[in-house]
Amino acid sequence: MLLKVDDINVYYGAIHAVKGVSIEVNEGEIVTLIGANGAGKSTVLKTISGLLRSRTGGIYFQDENISSLASHKIVERGLAQVPEGRRIFLQMTVQENLEMGAYTQPSGSIESTMKKVFAQFPRLQERCRQIAGTLSGGEQQMLVMGRALMSHPKLLMLDEPSMGLAPILVEQIFSIIQALNKEGTSILLVEQNAQMALSIADRAYVLETGSISVSGTGRELIESDKIRKAYLGG
Amino acid sequence: MTFLSYLIGGISLGSVYAIIALGYTMVYGISKMLNFAHGDVIMVGAYVCFFATFRWNLPPAVGVLLAIAMCTILGVIIERLAYKPLRAVASLAVLITAIGVSYFLQNAAQLLWTSNPKVFTSVVGDAAIKLFGGQLSVSVITIVTIAACIVIMIALTWFTGNTKIGKAMRACSEDKGAAQLMGISVNFTISVTFAVGSALAAVAGVLLCSAYPTLMPTTGAMPGIKAFTAAVFGGIGSIPGAMLGGILLGVIEIFGKAYISTQLSDAIVFAVLIIVLLVKPTGLLGKPVNEKV
Repeated sequence: MLLKVDDINVYYGAIHAVKGVSIEVNEGEIVTLIGANGAGKSTVLKTISGLLRSRTGGIYFQDENISSLASHKIVERGLAQVPEGRRIFLQMTVQENLEMGAYTQPSGSIESTMKKVFAQFPRLQERCRQIAGTLSGGEQQMLVMGRALMSHPKLLMLDEPSMGLAPILVEQIFSIIQALNKEGTSILLVEQNAQMALSIADRAYVLETGSISVSGTGRELIESDKIRKAYLGG
Repeated sequence: MTFLSYLIGGISLGSVYAIIALGYTMVYGISKMLNFAHGDVIMVGAYVCFFATFRWNLPPAVGVLLAIAMCTILGVIIERLAYKPLRAVASLAVLITAIGVSYFLQNAAQLLWTSNPKVFTSVVGDAAIKLFGGQLSVSVITIVTIAACIVIMIALTWFTGNTKIGKAMRACSEDKGAAQLMGISVNFTISVTFAVGSALAAVAGVLLCSAYPTLMPTTGAMPGIKAFTAAVFGGIGSIPGAMLGGILLGVIEIFGKAYISTQLSDAIVFAVLIIVLLVKPTGLLGKPVNEKV
């Protein structure tokens, strides 16, 4: 098993945001975590990345307990996150953003990794020297994904990659996610766009007010009446 | 010719402000806090250099290096002990702590070295260069100060634009959470920023006291405030802004003293600041972030 999140409880002060959540990601899978706004999806990802801490349980990445590691150590282990709202470095160039993504990598390998990222996202190569703040929303999403790939992640966690993008761009982003997965990167995808997420996921978890209410394969959840009513618009 | 001499004097004083302002602006950029103790680090640097060269008779270059080393360590310790524990709390608490650290340093200096002014002798001697057939006399320390300022500016621009840790500093300045997700250690990067800023403060302290030779525990306070003003004037967070703001402030101060009124020169400096901020609230080179969502 690649990632095992075991019974985590996360609080924001007195607010109990994540209640006893356990999820698993196997090697080579696309796993999605869906749920309404405020259900605690981003909180789960932030806790896995070490930006927040759980009061209980443990987080195991390749059988190592990473729940008390500093976030930069977690990235070194091969766990990258594409945060919500993109969060690229707006005042740095496209190339510098990618270099930051490779911060934990030996400097000799950066150039060849960047070539691979450019092959995946040719637009980024064209805009290499441009200040990232001047990119369009879709280009910024590509940059933030390319930036995460610079650290050679074994598991890529994406927090709402479809947010604020036109439908055609959403489709493009999702096909890139599938392509990355085929090349061997496991994916943990957090989405509000449940339809899209379930259609590419091997397995899925539904998060409701901080706890997992349903889990199953992507197909099972798409076909479930309850899920269809609650998240897929009928 | 007197105009030219005032101008050079202003640029030289402004260079000192600029070097101090760089420390303010870098620390503000990364930790969004105003390190009001920065001015007092200057004073510590000047004392270290004073004791090294005039009491222990070490060569001036060694004295300067010792001052830089001591201030670097001091800056990192201040950040670790006083500011780091407060990183998650309201910025007002950090601001008050910084003022507390400032008073702590001044009083510690008073206890260790008394409040009697020490007469600091220029680390490069009192020599002057005569230009235009002796009509214009420029002291060596003036030239050294301006040269140091230019070298520091170039070095710092290169450092933040080309080194891994320099780029990490810029990334942390923009978004610490995202920087952590890149695998950047934010704590280490902030420590490096304080180290660099404090090393520059030591250089500024030595240059300042070489030009204005009275050294007291409060020596760093006023230049510290002026340099902070310069950083805001140029656009806080911007390295070229700190440079431009510092030099303009120095020139305005000297011209104000020379042509308007010695007593009012500080008032003139701050009046100019107020006017600039009314017209351009982000400072001369500070630019609002153009964010596309």
